[in-house]
Amino acid sequence: MDLDILSVKAIIILVIFGISLGIATYSTWLERRFAAYLQDRQGPNRAGPFGLLQPLADALKLFTKEDFIPAGANKWLFILGPCLAMLTALMSSAVIPFGDTFKVGSKFIAVQGMEVNIGVLYSFGVVSLGVYGIMIGGWASNNKFALLGAVRAASQNISYELAMGLSIVALLMSSGSLDIGLIVREQHGMNWNVFYQPLAAIIFITCAFAECNRTPFDLPESENELVGGYHTEYGSMKLGLYLFSEYVNMFVASALMSALFFGGFNYPGMDWVASMVPHNLATAIGIAVMFGKTAFFILFFMWVRWTIPRFRYDQLMVLGWKSLIPLALANIVITGVVLLIKDLYL
Amino acid sequence: MRLTDRAKEVSVKQMTFAEQIYLPAIAIGLGVTLKHFFKKKATIQYPEVQRPVSPVFRGLHVLKRDEQGRERCTACGLCAVSCPAEAISMIAAERQKGEENLYREEKYAVVYEINMLRCIFCGFCEEACPKEAIYLQSDKMAPPFYSRDEVIYGKDRLLESKVKTRPTEGPKRKLTASDRYIDPVYPGYTPNLKK
Repeated sequence: MDLDILSVKAIIILVIFGISLGIATYSTWLERRFAAYLQDRQGPNRAGPFGLLQPLADALKLFTKEDFIPAGANKWLFILGPCLAMLTALMSSAVIPFGDTFKVGSKFIAVQGMEVNIGVLYSFGVVSLGVYGIMIGGWASNNKFALLGAVRAASQNISYELAMGLSIVALLMSSGSLDIGLIVREQHGMNWNVFYQPLAAIIFITCAFAECNRTPFDLPESENELVGGYHTEYGSMKLGLYLFSEYVNMFVASALMSALFFGGFNYPGMDWVASMVPHNLATAIGIAVMFGKTAFFILFFMWVRWTIPRFRYDQLMVLGWKSLIPLALANIVITGVVLLIKDLYL
Repeated sequence: MRLTDRAKEVSVKQMTFAEQIYLPAIAIGLGVTLKHFFKKKATIQYPEVQRPVSPVFRGLHVLKRDEQGRERCTACGLCAVSCPAEAISMIAAERQKGEENLYREEKYAVVYEINMLRCIFCGFCEEACPKEAIYLQSDKMAPPFYSRDEVIYGKDRLLESKVKTRPTEGPKRKLTASDRYIDPVYPGYTPNLKK
């Protein structure tokens, strides 16, 4: 019986693993096409129909390049860096509920890698580990630009993790649970958290941009200041892993955003759909909705990247420490007051 | 004195609250980029679509033949002299008996070479030629090359084909292998065209 659950979970984890890799792969293609379209260009459209084989060509190119380790680099840490970045990026998708439950026989199986009651905590822990990959890689390169990029990444991620965590605290107060699955189920229909916690949602999205090192907060790899930032010395598939982990992070951040604030697999009229079709089909529609939202946020990441220029470093710190953290704290107080009033008078 | 009316007075006014929170400005910016998403793309899909060139465009050279299919070039060397890039070189020879159907004049070029790396496509050779033998075609450009020995164009690639296969279409026509004259002396030689 337990083994049965274990194998089902293994299948779900494998599927989520494959899907997050596949989405990240095609995010690279989408990024280039979308960027091109925003700039009145065509983008890569030669490899296969609409250039869809471009990610494969890119991977092939990276694999066939020389796997180079600079003479002054710390060899093991240099290899460990990209591995760690990729590992932490992939780990965090485990707790995200991509759908409701599938009914197999008489059992209900949640479409979620791990059903833990501390899902939010877990994902934050893993995401904050992500900076070690960048830090170690940048330091092991023995290159001042790489080190500067790594230092920037570390301070930026720590600064924005604070605001991100505080913005989530307000959400946790109103939802009363750390279980992401439960948080999503509470947003049934159109009761999305973004309507109850708009400030927290804005702070969370902003911090997610910073955590993923995406424009306007891509200072760790700002190419016109730091050559390539923390991955200056990297080449071949090690560079590929760094770039790829960025896209996996983007996918996870988008999925988290849609799960925590934008209803996850909930959509208006879902009760009517659930009463019309069998349970499993309703769940499949929910999964499609979840991936639609995630895709929108991935697109939003790219859209913002080609709209807003990069922040200056001091502006980044001012925004993080002087604006977002006080705002998040104020949001917690407001949420507490509202909850108290609701408890006492309503 | 004001030269244009584009001068703007510098203001140091404080930002309003809406400006300070950035979000409205970001939304406007996102709108601007989204508008560009639906705009017509500036890219021309090159090998499939070629942008029209002027009829006086100076492209790849061709050595012309006369109405009876004889080479017009008499190897006078005026093109080589007028060439500012010194891209043209030739070896002249006397026409033998029985070759009157091949060469128009008593003297002809045995070897006629243009180095396409040196050539600047100025068209001075065309202007200098007294025999109307060399022209720069408007509908054909020098194709890309992958090695240096492909760069020096000999008579095998410059000479007009004996069979009139070239239709006088517009400039949008594509380059094909049949457009090239293949010398019977070098039958193994195939013009290096990108497939």
